[in-house]
Amino acid sequence: MTDDVLLHARGLTKTFGDFTAVDGIDVQVMRGEAFGFLGPNGAGKSSTMKMVGCVSPVTGGELRILGMDPATDGPAIRARLGVCPQQDMLDEDLSVEENLWVYGRFFGLSRREVRARTDELLDFAQLTERRHDRVEPLSGGMKRRLTIARALVNNPEVLLLDEPTTGLDPQARHVLWDRLYRLKREGVTLIITTHYMDEAEQLCDRLVVMDHGRIVAEGSPRELIDTYSTREVVELRFAVDEQERHVEAVSGVAERVEELPDRLLVYTADGDDTLAALHGRGVRPLSALVRRSTLEDVFLHLTGRSLVD
Amino acid sequence: MSADAPPATGSVATAPSGRLAPGRRRPTTRAERVGSVMAHHLAVYRRTWKGSVVGRFASPLFFLLSMGLGLGALVDARAGGVDGLPYLRFVVPGILAMQAMMLAFGDSTYAVMGYIKWNRMYSAMLATPLRVGEVLGGHLAVIALQLAAAIAIFVAVAAPFGAFGSWWVLLAVPAAVLTGMAFSVPVFALAARMETDSGFSILFRFVMTPLMLFSGTFFPIDQLPGWMQPLAWVTPLWHGVELCRSASEGAWPGWAGVLHVAVLLVYVGVGWVLAHRSFTRRLLS
Repeated sequence: MTDDVLLHARGLTKTFGDFTAVDGIDVQVMRGEAFGFLGPNGAGKSSTMKMVGCVSPVTGGELRILGMDPATDGPAIRARLGVCPQQDMLDEDLSVEENLWVYGRFFGLSRREVRARTDELLDFAQLTERRHDRVEPLSGGMKRRLTIARALVNNPEVLLLDEPTTGLDPQARHVLWDRLYRLKREGVTLIITTHYMDEAEQLCDRLVVMDHGRIVAEGSPRELIDTYSTREVVELRFAVDEQERHVEAVSGVAERVEELPDRLLVYTADGDDTLAALHGRGVRPLSALVRRSTLEDVFLHLTGRSLVD
Repeated sequence: MSADAPPATGSVATAPSGRLAPGRRRPTTRAERVGSVMAHHLAVYRRTWKGSVVGRFASPLFFLLSMGLGLGALVDARAGGVDGLPYLRFVVPGILAMQAMMLAFGDSTYAVMGYIKWNRMYSAMLATPLRVGEVLGGHLAVIALQLAAAIAIFVAVAAPFGAFGSWWVLLAVPAAVLTGMAFSVPVFALAARMETDSGFSILFRFVMTPLMLFSGTFFPIDQLPGWMQPLAWVTPLWHGVELCRSASEGAWPGWAGVLHVAVLLVYVGVGWVLAHRSFTRRLLS
């Protein structure tokens, strides 16, 4: 049903002068999905999000959001979106609840509707106790939750989250993920950009991996790992200058080996078997760690680079 | 939202409010949207007005006391006022227009840059159904209201000193607001093009201060060297000062008055087009 395609992009392109930020991507997001754009900084994720949020004109290709064209129906689309931008964009002179009140008015909510909604949203964002406080002294995690609460004030059908946990400490990230899970459970469509593979794995039903403005792979986190990586990875660390010497021996026992500056990543179906085999060949690393493959490995395989550098 | 929301149903109806239809409401009117932007700025003023009391009310009063009464006594004794008018009555309408200009500069520089770059509230607004013209119009409308309130209070404070010759001085309030907006709107356009705030001090020192001194505020512009007079004619402040002075004395300015209003409106209109363009370029690229 086309009504259930919330985002449809074909050959979507964005250029700034000579620079091509988004280079002809095809994307489809269905109602109720949690969809991710995974890629390093500068991959074109934020430019894509701005076009989807109808605040950046499309340079080329086709883009439909909720079945409408941003070029002609921007305000009507934005009325049904929630946007949580990379930077918080809160009015720090106002209190927590005032930030929600004024924002609700932009969507045409009556004063009464906004006040009722504010109570629910503060509860959701776990900020009820801070409702009368000014925003300025709040922690990063609280500001982020307030930004998300504010993005929900119009009860959007789609919530756009641009790097939702960048800059937050691990504790604050987990609180935030928990809130986003809950939204997802309640049927809100989430579109997320991130350069954290754990975030993409945690939150996204389906994602595209972006690099240099292009989509290099698409699928669920599981599918991507199955397709582009092995089940397990052995991480080997050697003494300084020793790594080079062992590459050949290691390559013989694994499907694939990636050389990083500080370690070797050995891709294999069974990490323990591989370790035993290496031991048999006389390879003695300083440390060896067996772990499951992640989207980080997928990205490394697809682009030869790390997500976070 | 209640703490025990129902488990996954995949339905939008259970999204974090049962009370609002998800995203689909009656379309808002332009007036409602501009009103919502004004409501935001008024909420901010409610929080911050105390910090600006000195600039808004004390500073014009200082001018009134020092120039109007202090210098005025000297001018009246030596020269018999200005063109037969006591100096106080000459200078206070000028101070009105000048004060409107200074407030307009104050409200249209750092605030605009802040909303663009620092807290990025303009971008947050543009992520909603609001359009650039509404974001701009709502902010400017609140500045106009601020100006009207500040000027009206100053008129009320200055009147008991005998600063005005006529009740028509009430018309000086809209005239001063228009003068202020003739600065505010173009300065919005400028502020939206600037990358850093260092340009503002140049603007204050080399645009605002000379205008304040040479626009017929403290002395008639025919005292200026002949080559400088045309400069006064093209700047908004002189036109505003002339309008306020006519209103203050209840003297019908005739065609000159129409011309003054027209010049100020041109500044507002051209400023609007430029500001709209700079905002679009800066915020929706």
